[in-house]
Amino acid sequence: MDRLDREEGFQATPGTSAIPESMAALLRELVEHLRENRTQLREDWARRITEAGFLTAMSKEEIFAEATSIYDNYVDVLETGSVEALQDYARDLSERIIPRGVETNDVIGIVLLLRDVLARSLFKKYQSDFGLLNRVLDAYEPAANRIANTAAVGFVQERERVIRAQQEAIRELSTPVLPVRERLLILPIIGVIDPLRARQLTEQLLQGVRNNRAKVVVMDITGVPTIDSTVANHLVQTVEATRLLGATVIVTGLSPEIAQTLVNIGVDLGKMNTVGDLQGGIEEAERLLGYKVVPVEEGIHRP
Amino acid sequence: MAAPVILKQGKFLIASMQPAPSDADLVLLRNALVQQVSRSRSRGVIIDVTSLDVIDSFATRTLRDIAHMIRLRGAETVIVGIQPEVAFAMVQLGLVLEDVATTLDLEEGIAYLDVKTAK
Repeated sequence: MDRLDREEGFQATPGTSAIPESMAALLRELVEHLRENRTQLREDWARRITEAGFLTAMSKEEIFAEATSIYDNYVDVLETGSVEALQDYARDLSERIIPRGVETNDVIGIVLLLRDVLARSLFKKYQSDFGLLNRVLDAYEPAANRIANTAAVGFVQERERVIRAQQEAIRELSTPVLPVRERLLILPIIGVIDPLRARQLTEQLLQGVRNNRAKVVVMDITGVPTIDSTVANHLVQTVEATRLLGATVIVTGLSPEIAQTLVNIGVDLGKMNTVGDLQGGIEEAERLLGYKVVPVEEGIHRP
Repeated sequence: MAAPVILKQGKFLIASMQPAPSDADLVLLRNALVQQVSRSRSRGVIIDVTSLDVIDSFATRTLRDIAHMIRLRGAETVIVGIQPEVAFAMVQLGLVLEDVATTLDLEEGIAYLDVKTAK
């Protein structure tokens, strides 16, 4: 029996001629043993998980509950060789534990610990017959490794799915372009601007200028803590492009960090119209547009 | 090559550019505009680029040349109708129309020239 045969054999459905009968028999015996000693082994495992400092985000009861389902699934997969069921389980488990703050090293760690706990139990049982122990391990190892691999990959894939969803959500934090007076738009920007969001911002701004026939735009970046030089350049280009559409951009709310970034990339400050805060920016915009805001006369009572 | 269309609107000239002008078209436009400004003694010229999907470096240079030449004739030029995508592409390529006035559309362009030529 060479190794390649055995590994391919594990992937086939049991009962086909691909798995040597002796191997299948060993697996059955192994599974029997793991089921009989279920309680003891589960407790060992849960104890070792806590000792190793994994799953600190979960309580002892929660750990034991998850340990129970994982254990049973593990043994089922050993028995049936069905990796699909394990993949489904790994995905389902990941969906549940990721929000609870479980990390990748937790998942890989606990699966490897389970593999160790079960292996040692096999050592103990078959230690008197070295040849048999070897054959049992030959049956167990590829199966156990396949399981560890599937669980880890399933977890990582679920993480990546969550990250992609979050990235989408951030991108969809659309930047509204708000008309506040005739010919005056406000563009309040909040949060992190990555290059993709910067491009969306530019598109929305230029379309907004065209659709609203704006002559002045106040772009407020009070809510943006920092930007890298690529995004900074992009914003400067956006200001210039807006000028080609006949509108002036007043940038307000630059943090000290962003001011430093702009100076570092050598922005021609003569080209940038900036005011300290949004209020000042709106006042400047109104001045440019020829508005004058005066208080209503006293003595007129409002309802 | 279509002849450039130049209309007279009050004391201003309006040139509407056709889509996808060749370099030769641009040169024709330049020569025609400068001639017309002299003949009609216009105070202002509006070049409408609304139908242009692309404004490359030659087009940019020609537009600037037109504005300079027309200024030498004592008239003001304003470019109107640069599309948003075109504007950003120009900026990314570093094509600047710095010393040439630009407005959103024809209406704004006329308003601009009214102000500029009132002095």
